[in-house]
Amino acid sequence: MNSEIAIDIRNLSLTFETGDSAVHALDNANLSVAKGEFVSFIGPSGCGKTTLLRVIADLETPTLGSITVNGMSAREARLNRHYGYVFQAPALYPWRTVEANVTLPLEIFGLPAAERRTRARTHLAMVNLAGFENKYPWQLSGGMQQRVSIARALSFEPELLLMDEPFGALDEISRDRLNEQLLKLWKKTGKTVVFVTHSIPEAVFLSTLIVVMSPRPGRIIDVIDCDLGDERTLDIRETPEFLKLAHRVREGLRAGHSYDD
Amino acid sequence: MSNAQTATAGNPVMRLVAVLALGTAVAIAALLLAHRGAGGLLALAVIVAWAALWYANVLWSRSQSLPNVLASLAGKGVPLVFGLTLVFLWEVACVGLKVPSVLLPAPSLILHKLLSSLPQLGADFVQTFVRAALPGWLIGSATGFAAALACDRYDFLRRGLLPIGNFVSALPIIGIAPILVMWFGFDWQSKAAVVVVMTFFPMLVNAVVGLSAAGRIERDLMHSYGASWLQTLLALRLPAAMPFLFNALKINASLALIGAIVAEFFGTPTLGMGFRISTEVGRMSLDMVWATIVVAAVAGSTFFGVLVLIEKKVTFWHPSNRR
Amino acid sequence: MPAIPTTTSARLAATGTMTPFAHVWSGVRRGALLPVATIAAIILAVWYLACLPMNRDLPQLAHVDGLIDRYRVAWSLERPLLPAPHQIATELFASTLGTPLLRETADGMVLNPRNLFTHAWVTVSATLTGFVIGLILGIALAIAIVHINALRMSLMPWIVASQTVPILAIAPIIIVALGSMGIVGLLPKAVISAYLSFFPVTIGMTKGFASPDAMLLDLMRTYSASPTEIFLKLRWPAAIPMLFSSLKVSISISLVGAIVGELPTGAQAGIGARLLSGSYYGQTVQIWSALTMAAIMASLLIAVIALAERLTLNAMGARP
Repeated sequence: MNSEIAIDIRNLSLTFETGDSAVHALDNANLSVAKGEFVSFIGPSGCGKTTLLRVIADLETPTLGSITVNGMSAREARLNRHYGYVFQAPALYPWRTVEANVTLPLEIFGLPAAERRTRARTHLAMVNLAGFENKYPWQLSGGMQQRVSIARALSFEPELLLMDEPFGALDEISRDRLNEQLLKLWKKTGKTVVFVTHSIPEAVFLSTLIVVMSPRPGRIIDVIDCDLGDERTLDIRETPEFLKLAHRVREGLRAGHSYDD
Repeated sequence: MSNAQTATAGNPVMRLVAVLALGTAVAIAALLLAHRGAGGLLALAVIVAWAALWYANVLWSRSQSLPNVLASLAGKGVPLVFGLTLVFLWEVACVGLKVPSVLLPAPSLILHKLLSSLPQLGADFVQTFVRAALPGWLIGSATGFAAALACDRYDFLRRGLLPIGNFVSALPIIGIAPILVMWFGFDWQSKAAVVVVMTFFPMLVNAVVGLSAAGRIERDLMHSYGASWLQTLLALRLPAAMPFLFNALKINASLALIGAIVAEFFGTPTLGMGFRISTEVGRMSLDMVWATIVVAAVAGSTFFGVLVLIEKKVTFWHPSNRR
Repeated sequence: MPAIPTTTSARLAATGTMTPFAHVWSGVRRGALLPVATIAAIILAVWYLACLPMNRDLPQLAHVDGLIDRYRVAWSLERPLLPAPHQIATELFASTLGTPLLRETADGMVLNPRNLFTHAWVTVSATLTGFVIGLILGIALAIAIVHINALRMSLMPWIVASQTVPILAIAPIIIVALGSMGIVGLLPKAVISAYLSFFPVTIGMTKGFASPDAMLLDLMRTYSASPTEIFLKLRWPAAIPMLFSSLKVSISISLVGAIVGELPTGAQAGIGARLLSGSYYGQTVQIWSALTMAAIMASLLIAVIALAERLTLNAMGARP
């Protein structure tokens, strides 16, 4: 793993002014993510994990504190296309074929048509969707649509991959398969991945670093190094090391009053 | 139940065909009888025909008991039978009861008048539809869309213009016709102007809604690419707005025709569907008026049908259009 | 992507699910007062400026020089092509509050035809009569359509197709046909308003009665509820929102029908009659004030329905 810092967050706070009250989405968050890490943000709803991800993506602006992404401000990182974002829903445009959806960012970035096509095909093959180029999104299952969304995020080869509960809407079996595929992809491409989830097993299975967060106000309770080794299969979820880490995460959530009413 | 009874009871297709045939036969007989004047026999025939044709519709609408081919035709067949029954009743009532044609002309009279006045009706159609309704529809929808784009780009404009637009579109805009006749003269220009004003607001309101129809996630995606307003508009917001734009175009299609015709009630040279209606009404020749209305109805529904076809092609991806 | 409405409800949306007043008022609450006021002021300013170029061919301006003087004359012409807003407002006040409402005749006190309110009343009474008739018929037909399958398949395609046909063009026929039977005055106009307003109500209520989720209907079935009970307890309440949006479309169309109904035979009273006589005699200010009165009437009618909607939905516990 690289010792270069991909994401540096210092004393970050974000308060939303709603009509009647202020919502402290993030309170004094501090975090340092090295390049090539797989970081998970885990916590209950309202703990600020999605907000933190959106701050990294320059989709929200912090009220206090600072953040650098790959050594530059979040806004510059966005304009220089340093990250690909995968949302909770596939967010595919239904009037475009699968291939056209993957080439969408490439069109916006002004790449020539031939290169767009090759890149789209390569990345669709990477997520095991070769042959589906001319299908429309609604002809695919939920899991396949989400894979297209991942291919789209990777198509312009950003250094960072930001994922907001990408598998939350899928059934458990599809989820397990996609977790495995995602891990293989990460191994192969060596990107830095920031992954938001509220599933403890998912976080422990995928990550090299787990950030446990708690709500009201949103803050970081614990940062756990997760060293389950390089070759991870779904079977490691029954090993004692896995259970110990999961236990530590759960303790963190309990400490953050995530299980209270 | 005997075998023969199960055979006929269990064959709904035969029943449907039999009832339809019976109804049609009695209807034709009634029509022939009607020319001899009203009477008890005629009334009986009409009632039998009506009942038979209605029962045929009831049978046809029970699609579970019918084979697939017939069941899939029911959607078109049932309203068709209903419509033809209505025309039959109209005809037999007018002929049999000798209803004066100033009150209600029989369909056969209307058809005859229609076919014999085709050149006249054609010229009226060109004046009202081709010269006034169509250009007005195009200009009104285009300017409404341009205004919606401006409202989308400049939030201040949207917050100020949209409430006013909503307000105006609920008003009886047709009343502006006499004023526009005064400004643009008696010819087709004033009618086109009325149509422009009538079609501007529905397009404005629908297009503004349509342009913000794209989901929040999809828009965040474009933002994450650093896409410009124009890129986001062309790649995302415009395709997403198409269903709304076509809705407005379809609404505007009927408004355009109504506007052009009614505007002619306020004054027009010697041509036009509205002119034809108001003059022939003054002359009490209602068969010509009905003939004009038939032309207007055909024009209106064809226009609408063409728009629906184009819409299906453009918005093929929308859940309501998917195979 | 959000679901889009069909033609019917899109028309309902386009002609004012948000009532004029309610929309402006909620805009005020959302802080849109400044933009609305600014745009309105700009429109007013452009209007005033346009008075000179629009009226420039009139004889009164022929010998007037100097921009200020020309504008002053342009804003107070007697028969302008484009009257200034204050002229319309003055005429409106003069012909409503400035004229006696009642008049002595040989038959006693009658409504004064010189007062615009009289004409407004003539049109509104026809509108409301037709509106109520159309409402009752529309709901009755919608109930029948929802419960009788054969009727639904027979009628719905025709009712939907009728939206593409300029039905308003039949208005003169109705006036003349009923006139030849000796029926004149309010009733023919009410008939026109009724058949115009009947269509949106039928379409809207059919949609509303058929709107309950399949799960809710199944629930009623597990209670062995009769069709009447299902209708009263489920379909009717579910259709209320659709009812009010249909009513708003329906009342605007009724008003247009009543106005157009006054045109063919050159009626003597009513807003449509005022529009027609104004255009015959070149009285532009009269046309504009009649038009303004029609706009005020439309807004008031829709505001009443919006108020009824707000009260009903609150009583039913709907979200604000």
